[in-house]
Amino acid sequence: MKIHEYQGKELFDQWGITTVSGAVCRSVDEALNAYDHLGLSRAVVKAQVLTGGRGKAGGVKIAKNREELALIAASILGMDIKGYIVDRILVAAAVDIAAEYYFSFVVDRNAKSVVMIMSRDGGVEIEEVAAKNPERIHKIPIFPFVGVPDFLARKAASILFDDWNHIVQAKEMIKKLYRLMVDTDASLVEINPLVISKSGELLALDAKINFDDNAMYRRPEIEKLFEPTPEEEKELDAKAKGFSFVQLQGEIGCMVNGAGLAMATMDLIKLYGGTPANFLDIGGSSNPNKVVEAMKLLLSDTDVKVVLINIFGGITRCDDVARGLLTAFNQIKTDIPIVIRLTGTNEKEGRELLLGTPFHTAETMGEAIKKAVELSARNHVIVHQA
Amino acid sequence: MSILIDKNTKVVVQGITGRDGGFHAAKMKEYGTKVVAGISPGKGGTDAGGIPVYNTVRESVEKEGADTSIIFVPAPFVKDAVMEAADAGIKLIICITEGVPTLDIIAARHYAFAMGAKIIGPNCPGLISPGKSLIGIMPGNIFMPGKTGVISRSGTLTYEVVYNLTQAGIGQSTAVGIGGDPVAGLYFIDLLQMFQDDPDTDSIVMIGEIGGDAEEKAAAYIKANITKPVYSFIAGRTAPADKRMGHAGAIISSGSGSAGEKLAALTAAGAHVVNEPAEIPALIKKH
Repeated sequence: MKIHEYQGKELFDQWGITTVSGAVCRSVDEALNAYDHLGLSRAVVKAQVLTGGRGKAGGVKIAKNREELALIAASILGMDIKGYIVDRILVAAAVDIAAEYYFSFVVDRNAKSVVMIMSRDGGVEIEEVAAKNPERIHKIPIFPFVGVPDFLARKAASILFDDWNHIVQAKEMIKKLYRLMVDTDASLVEINPLVISKSGELLALDAKINFDDNAMYRRPEIEKLFEPTPEEEKELDAKAKGFSFVQLQGEIGCMVNGAGLAMATMDLIKLYGGTPANFLDIGGSSNPNKVVEAMKLLLSDTDVKVVLINIFGGITRCDDVARGLLTAFNQIKTDIPIVIRLTGTNEKEGRELLLGTPFHTAETMGEAIKKAVELSARNHVIVHQA
Repeated sequence: MSILIDKNTKVVVQGITGRDGGFHAAKMKEYGTKVVAGISPGKGGTDAGGIPVYNTVRESVEKEGADTSIIFVPAPFVKDAVMEAADAGIKLIICITEGVPTLDIIAARHYAFAMGAKIIGPNCPGLISPGKSLIGIMPGNIFMPGKTGVISRSGTLTYEVVYNLTQAGIGQSTAVGIGGDPVAGLYFIDLLQMFQDDPDTDSIVMIGEIGGDAEEKAAAYIKANITKPVYSFIAGRTAPADKRMGHAGAIISSGSGSAGEKLAALTAAGAHVVNEPAEIPALIKKH
């Protein structure tokens, strides 16, 4: 789960990390009011969208005065950044920057730990630094039962800074940032740029925080900040019913048990020349209600021309799955062709139950997918002729 | 032979009085696994389908000689359950539970490591040495004893691959589901080395998916250390960026973790990379 920069900065405030917060504005008028209210002269205007690369897209600009602020606010509001429409901006005092740095805490899969990452090359994308000057990036793994004691924070701070005054400020900030990560179950807390202002103050000029979805049950105050897109709404709705669902733009609706098999099904559809409409993992059960709900979800997508059901019967036997499917399809009427592939425990019995039904059945995954791709191509022709 | 578990492995089931724990304890016992005890704090002294129940893992180690544990407790309690098992002297801890907070598993893994225990999972289907021991939720009937080792990040996709192998008469030495979470216990490299060292494994099937760079790391390891043939399928070639594909760890982020990079790395390392799982048996037979 991601949150906006301004929300991240609110959390920084709560955990005592010095930042320049400013005001969130949804219109030019609000931006002008904020400008007056905060008594600003030079101001920075930043698009608030849940994606990276805002600067490159022109979503971050400096206004020298009130008139310029109005123009810039008007140009950024409504902007499309990687498919996200900017509906709010952050207006804050522009800082006179002496130097920019990079600092983050992140869950590292390989270290199987949280690591802190720092670089004296701040203000640019860290991936760029990693590609061009990997020696300028430093990583320190954190032992979870030790956390970030003084010596470690001091060590990290002195990798970034030479001036003792800066080291002391950074040491405190690093400790607070780790506290924030643990207290909120974040998977990433990143400050880029972390700056030293011309007056010698350490400031977090950006705040990027991602959270661990698995831990949100114990962080209700964080979960409240979640703003799902319409697409994510649909995915959440599916999750509430016990599915994992991701919308894609293709024509073959997929219903599969298991995430890996669901991904492999999508891949094979593409390999055979078709396009998957979605990723849908219905989990492991033969419950007819689940199949009904999943079918409703697939059929709500008008691009879907064929439905492909790929089930591996493991603990759940294929004959039970077939019975579940038959019960479900007694409740759903559709003209869309349905291809069913059942394999695994009691597969013969399962397939026999589906004999004489309008379903297209297949024994292997390849065969089923070939059939679904053919049917979706044929459906195209019919639609065109009509 | 096999890796990690065999017919002498003595299993304790943590969370045996829960629905899944009880169901799979019975299934494992039916398969022939030595399930010696179950744990359910407060229900010690009772019995779950003929399996004695204890309050603590320590008692199951002392009284029944348990050396391996399988965890079914709900996600909020997994951290404690893993640490309890490690503290009691359990050397292999398999965590089936899904949805465990990442910082919890990081802490639990560090603790287990310090106690000399290995973890498999979380969010995994467990492992099986066919004909000897099944510790997990895999359907035992689709496996058959043999000489191919299987390592996978997925559940049903593993079954799909194994089913194809068994149908083609290719048995498995041990099959391990390492789980779909971003931070997990034993991973590709650990298991590749174990299979390399196992005299009764002569080929390895590795099933990866998008997210992270474990497959790339495994590829480098294969090139340097693995002499047995490795066959690989990577799921998620068509997955969009920044979307979690069911598994918490299956996400392409900031341009890394895509299937293309993994396929390229494995191919360059000399692994036999396939476009669909059904191609694997014929390839193994050819070599």
